[in-house]
Amino acid sequence: MNHRIGWLIAGLVLALAGASQFLLNDYYQRVLSVIAINIILAVSLNLTNGISGDFSLGHAAFMAIGAYTSAVLTLPVRMKAIVLPDLPVWLGQLEVPFVFALVLGALLAALIAALVGTPVLRLRGHYLSVATLGLMVIVQVVALNWQPVTRGARGINGLPPFTTPLWAYGAMLLTVGIIWRVVHSPLGRAMIAVREDELGAACRGVRVFRTRLAAFIIGAAFASIAGGLWAHLITAITPASFSFLLTFNVVAMVVIGGMGSISGSVAGAVLLTLLPELLRRVETSLALGGQPLYGLSQVVIALLMLGVMIFRPGGLFGREELPAVLARFQRRRSAQRQAPHPSPSS
Amino acid sequence: MSTEALSPAPLLHVSQLSKAFRGVQALHDYTLTLQPRTLLGVIGPNGAGKTTLFNLLTGVVSPDRGRILFNGQDITGASPDAIVRAGIARTFQNIRLFRRMSVLDNVKVALQSTQPFRLAEAVLRLPRFVAQEQALEERAKALLAMLELEPYAAMPADSLPYGLQRRLEIAMALATNPKLLLLDEPAAGMNPTEANALMHLIARLRDELKLTIILIEHNMRVVMGICERVQVLNYGEIIAEGTPEAIQNDTRVLRAYLGTVHSEPNHARA
Ligand SMILES: Nc1ncnc2c1ncn2[C@@H]1O[C@H](COP(=O)(O)OP(=O)(O)OP(=O)(O)O)[C@@H](O)[C@H]1O
Ligand SMILES: [Mg+2]
Repeated sequence: MNHRIGWLIAGLVLALAGASQFLLNDYYQRVLSVIAINIILAVSLNLTNGISGDFSLGHAAFMAIGAYTSAVLTLPVRMKAIVLPDLPVWLGQLEVPFVFALVLGALLAALIAALVGTPVLRLRGHYLSVATLGLMVIVQVVALNWQPVTRGARGINGLPPFTTPLWAYGAMLLTVGIIWRVVHSPLGRAMIAVREDELGAACRGVRVFRTRLAAFIIGAAFASIAGGLWAHLITAITPASFSFLLTFNVVAMVVIGGMGSISGSVAGAVLLTLLPELLRRVETSLALGGQPLYGLSQVVIALLMLGVMIFRPGGLFGREELPAVLARFQRRRSAQRQAPHPSPSS
Repeated sequence: MSTEALSPAPLLHVSQLSKAFRGVQALHDYTLTLQPRTLLGVIGPNGAGKTTLFNLLTGVVSPDRGRILFNGQDITGASPDAIVRAGIARTFQNIRLFRRMSVLDNVKVALQSTQPFRLAEAVLRLPRFVAQEQALEERAKALLAMLELEPYAAMPADSLPYGLQRRLEIAMALATNPKLLLLDEPAAGMNPTEANALMHLIARLRDELKLTIILIEHNMRVVMGICERVQVLNYGEIIAEGTPEAIQNDTRVLRAYLGTVHSEPNHARA
């Protein structure tokens, strides 16, 4: 039954995304797509940070890999001759359909995650976080200096605007579906066991390192897809796009939603996309001493995160998933209904 | 047809196993030859090196010296998960459960290490994967039933009372399908009646599952009833070995135990 509801929701979301392309203007379509992309980012980051318990700060790196891969692979050959004249010949003559570009980007990110993860996942805790942050810096530096492919600081613009709500929501549903199934499989159980007690897991036969690496690789692959989608939504990318600020926002989505909960990551992504979008309007309309309040949305996100950490450290969903939360809610409601009415005197 | 030697090959052969921690000789020249299906008791006062022995046998700590042969295979220095798959499972004196996972999922984690896993099958939910998960669920429930934990299957592991958590530890160890089971003070914190019942359960498991068991106990009396052989450790050395009767009358053993406090160790270690 649960299955059928899942498919039903997926179908509905896809239909609405398709309809939005006829009914909404460009701005709203864009906001909708950004929500889906952020869901992909948050849900995939949650796999390491929430499920397997390795707090990575390198998500923007894999997103950049996806964005640049897709940009270079899909740019029309005619444009490449102008924009990227120094590309290796074979790349210069290559023009790949968007889907394949996304898949290839995901594979490349997975490969890099495997290579980088092998040394980095020897670390734990804060050391691991700092090392993954280092990965982000390295990718940025490469993007900045690999002129023939990335155009350095100028970045690549004029990318084909492939990303529509239908693309974004299609990819989002695929991501959430796959990660949901991974988490609810022996591999996911192993990841959670490792998070709960690494030595305890090893002594029950869990291959700890392989399990943590799997979470890192799968997360990286989906981050890359999000990066590709994002590149073809904004149609311009520079190394500065994939900064710590981006990582911070995704981390905030996961933390506010509830680390370890897929539903939480989805909720966090929706909330933290819509909120700044609303605040951005306030930023420009609210002027303090003649100055518009730029940066207000970032401050609000930071404060929100602070508030969640203090008052609800588990995030909105804790570690629970939506079905469990709803079931508990329903139980409580029916219990209330059966309970005798409180006497008016009390 | 194999022409094995007439006397059965030992399941476990440990020689000169030694480990020191910052100058403390936790275990020194430990030697053991264990035939299949024996139940060996290991006793000794606080800090005698009993848990260190298990940590060495399961790859949790690596030895300074010595060799461990299990089932004809050298497992010295192997990783804990490899050792589990080779067939040695343990419980922890200071209980290591996946606390926020359900009791059933705790057992499943241990069970699934015995079967192959293919990511694509899981993602596509192929019939073979679904069948495998179903079988896993049934086996996990059967194990819980065996240890009378079935009513708690859906509860988070850390919500169980201590005694039941210790039984869950045993269920998880059994789930890995071991040949050799290492039990580290499984009756700790239980009253004499409970401890007695547990000892009978352990003896029964040994017979039904054809297990070889090493049982650590702090309290001499508890093991005497079920072990056919007992080793006594003190300051990392084997000071006596033999039948329970012989051990009970050994003067060195009595001296080692004289004056030691039979209180629950409450320091947390692996
Ligand atoms: N990881 C470790 N680091 C440092 N010292 C350790 C470690 N593990 C054990 N020791 C020391 O080694 C000695 C033996 O400890 P061990 O835990 O093996 O004793 P035990 O016989 O299990 O005692 P108990 O009955 O209290 O459980 C003790 O002095 C202990 O402090
Ligand atoms: Mg001990």
